[in-house]
Amino acid sequence: MSRPVVAIAGNPNSGKTTLFNQLTGANAKVGNYAGVTVEQREGGMTLPDGRDVLLLDIPGTYSLSARSAEEQIAISVMAGLNPYHEPDAVIVVVDSTQLARNLYLVLQILELRLKVVVALNMTDVLAANHVSIDVDAVSAALGVPVVAVSARRGGGVKDLRAAVQKSLEAPETERSRAVTNGWDARLSEDVAAVEPFVPKGWDRDDDGRRRALAGWAIMSIDDDDELWDVPDDLRAAALGRRRAATAAGRDLDLDLARARYEWIDAQLPAFFETPLTPLRKVTDAIDKVLIHPAAGMLLFLVVMALVFESLFTWSAPLIDGVEAGVEAFTTGLTMLLPAGLLSDFITQGLVAGVGAVLVFLPQILMLFLFISILEDSGYMARAAFLMDRVMKAIGLTGRAFVPMLSGYACAIPAIMATRTMERQRDRLLTMMVVPIMTCSARLPVYTLVIAALFPPPSAEGGTLLGFFSLQALIMVAMYLFSTVMALAAAFVLGRTVFKGTTPPLVLELPPYRMPHPASVLRMMWERGRLFVTEAGTVILTCSVVLWVLLTFPQDVELSRDYAAEGNAARVAAGVAPILDVDDDGGVGDDDADAETGGVAAGEVIDAAAAEDASLLPVALMAALQDLRAAEAAERLRLSYGGRLGRLIEPTIAPLGFDWKIGVGLIGAFAAREVFVSTMGIVYGIGDEADETSMPLRERLHAETWPDGRPVYTPLVGLSLMVFFALAAQCMSTLAVVRRETRTWRWPIFLFTYMTAMAWASSFVVYQGGRLLGFS
Amino acid sequence: MSTTLDPLVPGIPTPTGRSLADLVYDEIGILGAVEGERSFRRRLLEMGFLPGTPVRMVRNIPIGDVLEVELRTSRVSLRISEARSIHLAAPVQP
Repeated sequence: MSRPVVAIAGNPNSGKTTLFNQLTGANAKVGNYAGVTVEQREGGMTLPDGRDVLLLDIPGTYSLSARSAEEQIAISVMAGLNPYHEPDAVIVVVDSTQLARNLYLVLQILELRLKVVVALNMTDVLAANHVSIDVDAVSAALGVPVVAVSARRGGGVKDLRAAVQKSLEAPETERSRAVTNGWDARLSEDVAAVEPFVPKGWDRDDDGRRRALAGWAIMSIDDDDELWDVPDDLRAAALGRRRAATAAGRDLDLDLARARYEWIDAQLPAFFETPLTPLRKVTDAIDKVLIHPAAGMLLFLVVMALVFESLFTWSAPLIDGVEAGVEAFTTGLTMLLPAGLLSDFITQGLVAGVGAVLVFLPQILMLFLFISILEDSGYMARAAFLMDRVMKAIGLTGRAFVPMLSGYACAIPAIMATRTMERQRDRLLTMMVVPIMTCSARLPVYTLVIAALFPPPSAEGGTLLGFFSLQALIMVAMYLFSTVMALAAAFVLGRTVFKGTTPPLVLELPPYRMPHPASVLRMMWERGRLFVTEAGTVILTCSVVLWVLLTFPQDVELSRDYAAEGNAARVAAGVAPILDVDDDGGVGDDDADAETGGVAAGEVIDAAAAEDASLLPVALMAALQDLRAAEAAERLRLSYGGRLGRLIEPTIAPLGFDWKIGVGLIGAFAAREVFVSTMGIVYGIGDEADETSMPLRERLHAETWPDGRPVYTPLVGLSLMVFFALAAQCMSTLAVVRRETRTWRWPIFLFTYMTAMAWASSFVVYQGGRLLGFS
Repeated sequence: MSTTLDPLVPGIPTPTGRSLADLVYDEIGILGAVEGERSFRRRLLEMGFLPGTPVRMVRNIPIGDVLEVELRTSRVSLRISEARSIHLAAPVQP
């Protein structure tokens, strides 16, 4: 028999996740619930007798009633509705400092006739405030085992394990039952009328459960709900009964909720020796400052500046470290592997792809370090509270602020941070606009274009009003542009694709708590691992595909015999020529090689590198490097990527771009900053070129169309930057959206709409600029 | 003022024409009917916003359009604009 399944449920902020971590140790698995972007966490839990059970974390909720597919998960998992199996036992975590509201969920779960264990959490907080709770009285009233625990300190966890074990072994007669019995005759009649329509697979021939699910149906089913797998006749019965009751002046939602709270309010005094009073002195004192309209707002900005600084600046040395590590590894491999296609594939395809994945880790870990501290301490809810009005204006929730801000550093961690939002619609909408923010990968492109095409402050026209640097102003303008476009996109998408009114805000500001280092580390570890294993594979695949596009076909007719020229240069410098090097790196006389142009210049250089390079004259090395760069440029032009660049030229020509920029745009799909090094190869400067490379800047200046007009004018530069600002040119972003949404639908949508928007905007800039007389 | 909020007050509360948003800092009101979209209403009912329940204003920030109230030892934050659809019944004696 497979191992028993135990579900763990509770209100948000009840300490459920902390308890889950305590019970499972460090071995949780994170996945997704089917069909929704809600995360599913499960992990092994060991019982006192050594048996292992599967602990399934149910998303935090105040009630089992549901309107959306996300909210429906709780009832579906717990009642074992399709596609889930009923859990063998359920732990309900209860915040005993807010017992009344937490008991509401407990009562709903009891009605489902399950094996229930109630974990009374935060009893240590009660004790510290000299309030004692009568655990036996609670247990007697609820009719199920109740264990006092302190999830944060690990207190009572052993007893909880024992209680779960006992519950699993208990006979079926020990299942929970409804305790309220408070339904008046008319309400009972309404529920009874819906009962016959509860499907057989739902109620398992249990009267109590049938009644509970009929009540759930009345409370949940709506004319425009998004519930799934609800039979039509049940839907019709529930809606009909509710309408009839409304016509008769009764309110079934109110009656059902009131029946439970009447029981709770009647029982509660018996649970405490002294009446439970609100315990929020410290939190209220802190909140006097932290959510003060002025001081709180200022502090919020400071916190956000800190988060941004960490992503932008503090993670830079770590990113450099990752890059240096990958580079050192590549160098080592190049020395070990025989020169040739296989070595290129491993270093430029595979290792570069792995590097492209790992390079995101510093920012992801940094962002989730902050997010988990902000969440665990209770500050994130305050941030959402403070930012609600601002974000609501563009159709988003306060919680979208942190992901939006993180987007200025990098869209990858920012998209992962949308997890902190409750509603699927808000998450998707935020994911769709975050990639518009000016991320750090766009900076090298902007730097290159601005430096190459706009006059520096020292030159004529380089300043505005003799004070502001034109180059700096353009950079600032690009940031403003991306911000405005992202907000506008949110505004438009929120009224079209993600239609729906901004939902009312019902938020709980939890008491401040010290973040738990173990749970912070755990969050960082989980996010990092998920990114590498799930988004990483897509990124790696894409980077190999890109390498193939830019490398093949290999057997092309080159315009010059680079190897012969290289050898001629060697001979002229008094150095022995490299005769014939085949793909194995060995020297031989292969006729086929001779026919296709013999050895490549690169191989001549590589073979030279194998010799003692210091023995070669400097002038010869330089000549060989130039030859190699020229050959790389020609090979790139003849590659599939180069052909694709020319193929798309007609579509990008109206934006002022030639096919070489097209190749750059294709290369930039690996990561936007790759545009710079791809342009370096296209222009025969070598792949070492970066945004500060003078030869590359000069080359851009000198480039002309066949008719002699310069390709790169300031207007083209502007058009190019606008394109980069808006196009979804980042395979990693698409990969991470795919990972978060579990479907290709949203990455495809993202790519399509952003590219269309980028094209249209560049078109307007370029053609509009020309109409106005700019070149 | 430290207050213990009593459980449901028996009887049908009489409407006062005031809403939850009209409570001033630390003032206690008795909830009347909750109006508005069904899912919003149901959410509040299930969080204990039932007619007759005493509720205390903890924080009211008009500039941010948000407020925080306390009921049954729990806290809930709402938008002020939305709290206007939560009516108050007769006030209790301070």
